[in-house]
Amino acid sequence: MISYMPYPVRIDDIVVETEDGNQKTFKLVFENEAHRKAWKHVPGQFAMLSLAGQGEIPIGIASSPTEEDHLLFTVNRAGKVTTALHQMNIGDRMGVRGPLGNGFPVDTEMKGKNVVIIAGGFAVTTLRATLISLLARRQEYGKITFIYGARTPGMLLYRDELQQWAQRGDIDLHVTIDREAPGWEGLVGFVPTIAGEVAPSPENSVALICGPPIMIKFTMPPLEAIGWTDDQVYLSLENRMKCGEGVCCHCNVGPTLVCKDGPVFTRGQVKQLPIEY
Amino acid sequence: MPTINKRISEEIRAQARKLLEEGEVAAVLGYGAGSLPMTVKPLVVRNPEDCSKLIWNTFCVLNLANYLPAALKSVEPPRGPRDPKPEGPLPKVAILVTGCWSRNIVVQIQEHQVARDRVVVMGVGSRGMVSRRKVAALFPGLEILAVKEGDHELVVQGADFAETINRWSVVRDNCQSCTHPDPVLVDVRIGEPVSERKNPNPFMQVDAIEQKTGDERWAWFTAEFATCIRCYACRNACPLCYCPTCFVDDAKPQWVGKSLDAVDTGLFHILRAYHCAGRCTDCGTCETVCPMGINMRMLTKKLNKDVLNLYNIEAGMEPDAPLPLTTYTMDDPEKFIATEVTPVPGAVKEGK
Amino acid sequence: MIEEWNKVHVVYVPAMEKQAAASPDWAPGWCRLDSSSIALTFPLPIGPTPASVKTFFFPQPETLLTYTLENNHPDKGLMREPERSRDMQVVLGVRPCDARSVLLNNLPYQEDQFFQANRQRTALVGFSCDQTLSTCFCTRMGGSPLDSEGLDLALSRTEDGFLIEVCSEKGEALVADLELAPAPESDISALAARRNAGGNPSATELDSLKGSELGTLYDAPLWQSLGEACINCGACTFICPTCYCFDIQDEVVRGQGRRIRYWDSCMFPLYSLHTSGHNPRGQKVQRTRNRFLHKLKYFPDRFGPFSCVGCGRCVQDCPVNIDIREVMDDLIHLTAVE
Repeated sequence: MISYMPYPVRIDDIVVETEDGNQKTFKLVFENEAHRKAWKHVPGQFAMLSLAGQGEIPIGIASSPTEEDHLLFTVNRAGKVTTALHQMNIGDRMGVRGPLGNGFPVDTEMKGKNVVIIAGGFAVTTLRATLISLLARRQEYGKITFIYGARTPGMLLYRDELQQWAQRGDIDLHVTIDREAPGWEGLVGFVPTIAGEVAPSPENSVALICGPPIMIKFTMPPLEAIGWTDDQVYLSLENRMKCGEGVCCHCNVGPTLVCKDGPVFTRGQVKQLPIEY
Repeated sequence: MPTINKRISEEIRAQARKLLEEGEVAAVLGYGAGSLPMTVKPLVVRNPEDCSKLIWNTFCVLNLANYLPAALKSVEPPRGPRDPKPEGPLPKVAILVTGCWSRNIVVQIQEHQVARDRVVVMGVGSRGMVSRRKVAALFPGLEILAVKEGDHELVVQGADFAETINRWSVVRDNCQSCTHPDPVLVDVRIGEPVSERKNPNPFMQVDAIEQKTGDERWAWFTAEFATCIRCYACRNACPLCYCPTCFVDDAKPQWVGKSLDAVDTGLFHILRAYHCAGRCTDCGTCETVCPMGINMRMLTKKLNKDVLNLYNIEAGMEPDAPLPLTTYTMDDPEKFIATEVTPVPGAVKEGK
Repeated sequence: MIEEWNKVHVVYVPAMEKQAAASPDWAPGWCRLDSSSIALTFPLPIGPTPASVKTFFFPQPETLLTYTLENNHPDKGLMREPERSRDMQVVLGVRPCDARSVLLNNLPYQEDQFFQANRQRTALVGFSCDQTLSTCFCTRMGGSPLDSEGLDLALSRTEDGFLIEVCSEKGEALVADLELAPAPESDISALAARRNAGGNPSATELDSLKGSELGTLYDAPLWQSLGEACINCGACTFICPTCYCFDIQDEVVRGQGRRIRYWDSCMFPLYSLHTSGHNPRGQKVQRTRNRFLHKLKYFPDRFGPFSCVGCGRCVQDCPVNIDIREVMDDLIHLTAVE
């Protein structure tokens, strides 16, 4: 039964991720041990962050299920609830309702395959969750390619982890920024360009792409040119949501409910939908 | 002899066809036949051959000025939000109006929502439009299947009855109290002009409420608005309500609660009425379209009365006239400014 | 009978007049019978009741949870289950179309705690329609004016009274303590005959829409003119028994907060607006299309039946006379041409 009742959680830590201060990662711990144990999610799922007096917002879960003792959410300050959330402090109480949605097929279609992860801007959150999950069971997957771009070095999320991942030998990591910046020695260029240069082989592979619509639009042609098909590519849609449980209808794209049928769809599935996202 | 409205319909079709065929306008805003007795549909005609669909009858209760800005936009060549305005004059739209709707177009011109030179006003002198609700109320428990319209009477038919009623007796309240039935703006005259109507007291309904005690007025207000379902038909049918984001939809900050709380509902109606002060022409569309039959028109009518008494202005009478609430003159009434502080009983400190 | 129910349950009947101000157990368009009601009778209009029964299952608003925001309160910000009435409510005068709407809404709300709790405590006492309005089209949507589906008790008029059909356990409980005469066989068979005469309502010409391609319906030319006429108010959605969308919001009064859900409408631009300012259905025509396609395509794709019971309320009350029957005709015509 759907009860719309969030689990009570406390803010255990807050990390300001970006130089503009608009991205913060909130580390949440359950107030009740039974809730912690009951919580099971898949990378790519989302949850409703619930603030008493403010309301709820759907946010992708940035932590991996393997990080068992807490949940991570990286939140962009944009609307009423996110602004209020950004003003909260460590130790404050809030609520989490979920997990919601379908998530990436880490235990099914992705098993035993090469995985190409392409992320732009702050859409990287659920892909971080995915990567951590894959790394926890590294031997179950083939080659892992991770392409991630942001506007400036200061706008990259999870910078400490990016460094750790770069030092591991088992990830083909490409981090890029849009334009040259002082002190930046890594890749420069838009994500679609870098994706074209890296040219990951579609052989026995799946790709997960999250980012602004314009990035996704321009990333597809170079991939298609080297043989990627629509069914190998997974995207995550966003729409205004209220219930998150497939009841309230807010997020519908034609007959599809993003909150329940998605948010993860293959590119082939997305192409069947009217452009209402 | 065909009825007045039959003749007007013929003239509308002929004039609309002429305007479209000669390329004078790109679209004509009018009415088509409705699917139920006593209803009409708003209709945008773009081809001369579709002009035969245009009709005029005594049930044309929707204010077409509400559609005018969108219709004008729809005939412009498509362009992106940052593209420059195309050179040369933009296509025109013709619109059917009576007295009050023509005044709405004047307000739209005053408020820069509509360019005068892009509108061809097809003016019809109004004989008052009939309220579907008033007719239905005369036949409780019976379904009306057809209404035949004469110049002064209506023949109301149901499955097993047919009755003739006086047309004026079921004309909408706002039309009955109207003093300017003839359009104030006419490019193409349809039918005969209608003279100004002498009405000893156009504010009779408002006066009746004003004469109540405070408690009685409150009782009237709460009862009248209790059934509001917040569908916003009154707002959306009104040509004055064109804010990109209405105050009830604003989330940052949220001014009004969203559920059916009587305070929120009342606030919505009062604020909406105030937004219309000095601009409302008492076209009655808000009241007509309300699915719950709420007389929210009483609020705007009261403000029309106040604006007339305070500034001697009726909305939309002349395009060049100043808007009463955005114009300051030295002799504006300023009784609302408190010149001395009245102590509030029980207040700890006076003033602050 | 009504008198007996009124002693133990909360009884509602259709409100024909304008109602007085809201009280806590007020249901828009319905009025509560109190024992002082002069006579326990009520008028029932031909065709659907003024307001649909959805307000009893999907109240406007429903409190989802409550909390306190008082500073220093140990439970500050802790969300709690709301207090809910468990009193049985009996709704009299329900028409078959509305009874069917509850079953249709139950499909998306199958797992919804609040909707299900409201169903538990609500008994619907229906009256079959001896007469229908010209705007009624229940048979076209797979219903029937004599249907008892979704009702707890179904009353039909006989020559000298009413035939009461007991349709559920709740219905059985309502009549258990009453001294009622067993129905004569002749009345039962007469009703069955009338029902049979109505034909099989389940197969309708509309079913062609279910099999048609989404793209064909989505790109139909009629949306353009409909969108042009539609003023995007919420009248149709709010009076519709099968429109069930909601929005959720928090309300705080003097430190005491609650989270409510209340009726929303896909006709409103705010419905689909992203925080970024992007709106996937930013145009009027997109929103108008969404409402009709939801009823005639999206809902059937998901759940089977159409999300419309043919009560005709929207046909009667649309401010600009958008008539769903005409929309369906146009779409059927379109798919037949394909």
